[in-house]
Amino acid sequence: MAAEVAKVDPMHQFTIAPLGGSANWELAGFNIAFTNSALWMAIATVVLIIFVAGGLKRELVPGRWQMSVEFFTGFIDDMLEANVGKAGRKYVPYIFSLFMFILFANILGLMPLGVVGVHPFTFTSHFTVTGVLAIISFAIVLVVGFWKHGLHFFSLFIPSGTPLPMIPIIFPIELISFLVRPFSLGLRLFVAMMAGHVLLEVLSSFVIDGTNAGAGFAALVGIPSFILMVGICALEILVAGIQAYVFALLTSLYINDAENLH
Amino acid sequence: MPQIAQLAETYSSQVFWLLVFFGIVFVFVGRGMVPKVMDTVAQRDQQIASDLAAATAARAKADEEEEAWRVRENENRAAAQAIVAEAKADAAASNEKTLSAAQERLDAKLAQAEQDIAAARTSALAEVETVAAEAAQDIVQRLAGVSVTAATAKSAVKKAMIHG
Repeated sequence: MAAEVAKVDPMHQFTIAPLGGSANWELAGFNIAFTNSALWMAIATVVLIIFVAGGLKRELVPGRWQMSVEFFTGFIDDMLEANVGKAGRKYVPYIFSLFMFILFANILGLMPLGVVGVHPFTFTSHFTVTGVLAIISFAIVLVVGFWKHGLHFFSLFIPSGTPLPMIPIIFPIELISFLVRPFSLGLRLFVAMMAGHVLLEVLSSFVIDGTNAGAGFAALVGIPSFILMVGICALEILVAGIQAYVFALLTSLYINDAENLH
Repeated sequence: MPQIAQLAETYSSQVFWLLVFFGIVFVFVGRGMVPKVMDTVAQRDQQIASDLAAATAARAKADEEEEAWRVRENENRAAAQAIVAEAKADAAASNEKTLSAAQERLDAKLAQAEQDIAAARTSALAEVETVAAEAAQDIVQRLAGVSVTAATAKSAVKKAMIHG
């Protein structure tokens, strides 16, 4: 492919670029350039604050906005109560922040803002970001577990009723499955978001290249790809919600392990 | 794949800005606003529960009052029926008295009348006897030329009247 041909690079959308000459900002020797990724984190934060602040009217009879904010808090509250029990309520602020931050990041990244020349950046498609969130969740699980149960927390790795000779085998398996949790947590979100965006980009390249190749290709490749793309867009919106939910749900399940052991 | 290709140069800024913005979200939204929102929801639930409880209590009270009213009403009705029954009994008694008094008066009148009639008949009979005796005396004198005394004639008339 020559450079003059219009070419869609499905990976280009994940490129991080420093904004406004901040490339050399440093803090304690580390680069902290304000990148497009950081910009979209800021946008997600602002939109989320505006959304939740709109639900703070504290009216006895809620309006639509207040209703929707209360739906989300109630949703997280119910999830924690179902998975962790009464002790789960104190994690509502964290799980709510996590869920809403990921949800807003995913959905903002899907916004068709490219039409008006703004290119959304989905920072949840970077495993640096999802990994940090997973590590925060995992750290909370560890801190709560050892805080509440001390060294007894290690009994989490021996399912109750395990015969004594099996313990040396079961313990490492359980320990490894426990230690893999932050990776699976972070990778799941990163992979789901990246795969969806790559798929959309590849399909769009089919549409563009097919249409450029002539009417026959446009009818054979371009139009079916476009229809498929519309369907996948709807699916991606669903995935954006589901992945945020899965992240929050798994975090609350892990917290349940730490709170209640088995 | 920029996620790996750019990892070395961008990881620190990614981590830093993520911690900054997620920290802002956690502090302002998670800790600041969410408890207030949940508080509002809890307040509303409480309000609804207390309103429902008040409504239930009010209904129970209304039922109670209706029951009391019904009891009172039944008592009143029983009392009214008792009064009616008493009035009826009184009226019947006074009627009977009046009737019996009237009956007595009538009986007395009847007895008086019968007595009068009997007296009248006796006197009439006596008169008839006298008249018959005189007639007999007269007839005897005219037919037989015998003059009988009044007493004889009288006893003869009496005899004849008894024998019919």
